[in-house]
Amino acid sequence: MPPELAIRLRGAVKRYGEITAVNGLDLDVPVGTCVGLLGPNGAGKSTTMRLLTAQSIADEGEIEVLGFKLPDESKMARAQCGVAPQLDNLDTTLTVEQNLLVFSHLYRIGRHDRHEAIERGLEMAKLVDRRDSRVDKLSGGMRRRLLIARALIHRPRLVLMDEPTVGLDPQVRQELWALIDALRYEGTTILMSTHYIEEAQRLADTVLIMSHGEAVAAGPPSELVLEHAGREVLEVYGPPARLAEVEAEAGAAGLRTRRTGTSVSILNVDGFGGLDGERRPANLEDVFVLLTGEEIA
Amino acid sequence: MAVATRTARIGRLERPALTGVLVREIVNYSSYWKSSTFSSTVEPTIYLLAFGFGFGSLVSTIGGIDYVDFVGTGTVATAVLFSSAFPGMFGTFVKYQFQRTYDAILAAPVDTEELVTAEAVWIATRAGVYGCVPMVVAMFFGLDPAWGMLAVPFIGWIAGFGWANFGISVAGFSKSFENFNYVVSAVLTPLFLLAGSFFPLDDFPQWAQVLAQLNPLHHLVVLIRDCVIYGWDGWKDFLRLGALIVFGILMWRIAIFAMERKLID
Repeated sequence: MPPELAIRLRGAVKRYGEITAVNGLDLDVPVGTCVGLLGPNGAGKSTTMRLLTAQSIADEGEIEVLGFKLPDESKMARAQCGVAPQLDNLDTTLTVEQNLLVFSHLYRIGRHDRHEAIERGLEMAKLVDRRDSRVDKLSGGMRRRLLIARALIHRPRLVLMDEPTVGLDPQVRQELWALIDALRYEGTTILMSTHYIEEAQRLADTVLIMSHGEAVAAGPPSELVLEHAGREVLEVYGPPARLAEVEAEAGAAGLRTRRTGTSVSILNVDGFGGLDGERRPANLEDVFVLLTGEEIA
Repeated sequence: MAVATRTARIGRLERPALTGVLVREIVNYSSYWKSSTFSSTVEPTIYLLAFGFGFGSLVSTIGGIDYVDFVGTGTVATAVLFSSAFPGMFGTFVKYQFQRTYDAILAAPVDTEELVTAEAVWIATRAGVYGCVPMVVAMFFGLDPAWGMLAVPFIGWIAGFGWANFGISVAGFSKSFENFNYVVSAVLTPLFLLAGSFFPLDDFPQWAQVLAQLNPLHHLVVLIRDCVIYGWDGWKDFLRLGALIVFGILMWRIAIFAMERKLID
């Protein structure tokens, strides 16, 4: 039996004048999974997120969220979605608790359940002891946790996270990963956009790689790596002239390469022994650069 | 592939959505009510005192009433205008352009129509209350209490709803704060001066008096004076009230149109 879908996009197109931000995108997000949209800035990830909340209206294609056709039935879908945006849009002059209170109303939580929902949100954000602090007094990590707790206050079936850890230090990023991981295990469906390879690899069951508004590959991270970059990659370092020779040799041997700053990475070198260099396991970044020709920040 | 199960349909202009936006405004108001109340009440009161005592020393009565009473009632309309059009313009612009508050709200089950409606209702409510302040101040300077004064907050609310939506529309159509200068200079100031708040329009040229009939602020001024001083003027005042209601509904739809263009791309 095919899996139930929380999100279904077919041929979604969004244009802004001459620019096509999303170009014929197909996307399936099965219920209970975490799907990562991976791509560099400008790949169309944030526009895709806005299409899913009907804050952008697709010029072409079909979009269904939790069984509701967008944009006409978007409001019903939004009642069961939580959205953690890339840009912090908390009410900075309000306290932590007031921010959660406002969204408990906006998400129509009943009067009797409101207190419990706010307390749960405070605990999730680890801000119980900062409940009376104004948001503009919080650190970046605290604000990001609050933003996610705000999105989860009504126990949504689907959570949309747009670059949830962008701009945060590694320690705070780890904390948020743990929070997102816990949601996955609770069975919440998650669609998360990111341009961090490690984030996608660690959290997503399935990754959709986007470039210039199009999906260039999709699948579980390990399968994508195996399919496109093999098990091992050979990194060869040297001056530019030497790197050019290495690229030529690898090309002659039918191997694909990518430049990574001061080195050349030769993909899918399982069993190939023609060149000296450092061998390392292939990763999602190799796949991304190979498929899109773009480096990830 | 199968698609996840649907749940009940949600309609338009729903009470929970309106309440949600209003709760946000009320909670927010607790953090800035002092400055808002100060600016919305002190400014018209200064007008009242300046004109009342300034011109009042030159003009003792107008239309058979003390000039201070004339200005006191006229300033009610000014207070309603100031406390609705300006928050509509500046507050809306800040919330969508800088704070991105509306992005957060529209990600919840709230649509633009509900967002604009709740914002305008809240601004109008404040305007209805703030509009009474000059009237209360005027009472200290001799304005006699009247039962008709009880209608002032409601009439102020109706006019405030229209002006709030006017402000939201301006914010929705504007690309920057600088655009507001055109509106203030070319629209609000002429309407303000052609309302009859500080001087009667009877001696104005005929064309100006005709134009005044298109000015919602003028109808508000006359309605307030009739309620507070002269008494209700039958069908004429009903027509004026109707004009304010039409103005409110028209601006409400324009504000929704403007904000949908701005917020949904």
